[in-house]
Amino acid sequence: MTGSPLRAEGLAVGYDGADVVAGLDLEIPRAKLTAIVGANGCGKSTLLRALARLLSPRRGGVLLDGRAISELPSKEVARRLGMLPQQPTAPDGLTVEDLVARGRFPHQGLFRQWSADDEAAVEEALAATATAELRDRPIDELSGGQRQRAWIAMALAQQTELLLLDEPTTFLDLAHQVDVLDLLDGLVAERGRTVVMVLHDINQACRYADQLVAMCGGRVHAAGPPGDIVDAAFIRDVFGLEARVVEDPVTGTPLCLPTAQSRRSRTRCIS
Amino acid sequence: MSARRVTLRRRRLSARVDLGLVALLGTLAVVVLAALVTSVALGDVAIAPLDVVASLAGAGDAADEFIVLELRLPRALVALGAGAALGIAGAVFQQVTRNPLVAPDIVGVGGGAALAAVSVIVFAGFGGAGAVPLAALAGAFVAGALLYGIAWRRGVHGQRLVLVGIGLAAFCQAGVSYVLTEGRIFEVAAAYVWLVGSLNGRGWEQVWPLAVALVVLAPAVLALGRRLDVLQLGDDLARSLGVGVERVRLGLLAAAVALTGVAVSAAGAVAFVAFVSPHIARRLARTSSNQGLIPVAGACGAVLVMLADLAGRLLFAPTEIPVGIVTSVLAAPYFLVLLRRAGRVGAAG
Repeated sequence: MTGSPLRAEGLAVGYDGADVVAGLDLEIPRAKLTAIVGANGCGKSTLLRALARLLSPRRGGVLLDGRAISELPSKEVARRLGMLPQQPTAPDGLTVEDLVARGRFPHQGLFRQWSADDEAAVEEALAATATAELRDRPIDELSGGQRQRAWIAMALAQQTELLLLDEPTTFLDLAHQVDVLDLLDGLVAERGRTVVMVLHDINQACRYADQLVAMCGGRVHAAGPPGDIVDAAFIRDVFGLEARVVEDPVTGTPLCLPTAQSRRSRTRCIS
Repeated sequence: MSARRVTLRRRRLSARVDLGLVALLGTLAVVVLAALVTSVALGDVAIAPLDVVASLAGAGDAADEFIVLELRLPRALVALGAGAALGIAGAVFQQVTRNPLVAPDIVGVGGGAALAAVSVIVFAGFGGAGAVPLAALAGAFVAGALLYGIAWRRGVHGQRLVLVGIGLAAFCQAGVSYVLTEGRIFEVAAAYVWLVGSLNGRGWEQVWPLAVALVVLAPAVLALGRRLDVLQLGDDLARSLGVGVERVRLGLLAAAVALTGVAVSAAGAVAFVAFVSPHIARRLARTSSNQGLIPVAGACGAVLVMLADLAGRLLFAPTEIPVGIVTSVLAAPYFLVLLRRAGRVGAAG
């Protein structure tokens, strides 16, 4: 299939007060890794939640393969789009294998509770995330990195073409951050999955993302390959930060080195 | 932790069965039956177990048959049914809120039933046959609806449900205290018996509503069990796995409120059963599956109430101790042990 599998059109979302995402158009490219970046409170997580149908839009909408996502049956959406929220919590004592098996829910029914496909998907997800040897361990006894891999395994077992993740590297040490990002990168490169994630670290986003989406005041400030859009002006506009942008000596992608805090606008961004 | 599981597949049917759980449920079924026969056999007039079975089959002598079929069996069945209903309701409340310290009586559902029942006893002079149980049932539903309605804010989140429930329970408690101060002494005594929970004089007319409620609601709760498994991962994840979060939560809570209402309208506000049964079930079953935990909790509740009633009848015979006193005496120490364990491990349940 060609074209964007997930598209926002004039999307506006809010909680109680003003719009957090204010009339936004966005196309997620198929079989690519998209990273959403921006300052705190710019609406990145809200956008991700709206793309995953966890929030209903005030105006506009989200299209999954060209059809309004809000009109599709929820189990059908769940077979095509997976979402891993920030810091999910598991019930006490739940083992890794049982957690991952729960990712199969949208493929199951009253009489089809544990098919051969379910078993294969769980095994594959455990193997892909190197959590197979942890399968009988309770989630609450794992280290932060192991735990995050287990949650990603659950999302993988869902076997969706689209995978949305909200800050999957938060609270992980550097080595585990790289593990998780390599894993997601592999999903895109080797299996042709479409991954969208919110990331805090602009340099990691530049390294891994095919498309960078920079949010600013509930709107898309810029979207495109990191090499095309990230420069000193971009960092100033999006993060309110003075920085030099150089070429990453390892990957050749933009590397942002803060010089001084901008006095003019610390958290405000210019949209 | 690693359970012995077998996979069953035939054509489009497939399931994974936990053998340990099957064995446990089988054992519990035997224990429930044994407790039932013992309850029927023991009393002022002891009847040999074989004669109990003969009477059940309609082949006993007339005196035995009267005692078994008209007096003891319905009472034992009310104990079984009320215990099972409370055990299931308690498990649902704890699993839905993800809070092991919650039970229907702690979040005001039992309180609503109590306030309604006590009001009818005191203000309406018992209100005629069947009025008190009906009032209790209605009170439980009103309290459940209030709980859900007040806690609702773009969905009902577990924590808010608990906080609203504690407030509701305190309100009902105040109402009950007020009603009791208004009552005459014999009404207050009757109200107290109801508040404590007693099975004295229960007959077939209390068995049938319990049986119907359990036959309809227990399978409904079990059918939602797999959705509850997913719901426990958090609302966002459950929604993105295709679970209709609010519908499932409302369905489960409504079923739990109905089970609580039917149980307390038959047996009175029997304390601690709904709270403690799921804890015992977790220790016995060691499963993360709600379809496994919920029936075990129901069986634990049934055994607990049957044995408590039996103990209450026998220990100080001919004086009877109301079943609710016995369950409190049994469960309070268990609760303390649980708190000690929780303190050491760092998490309860």
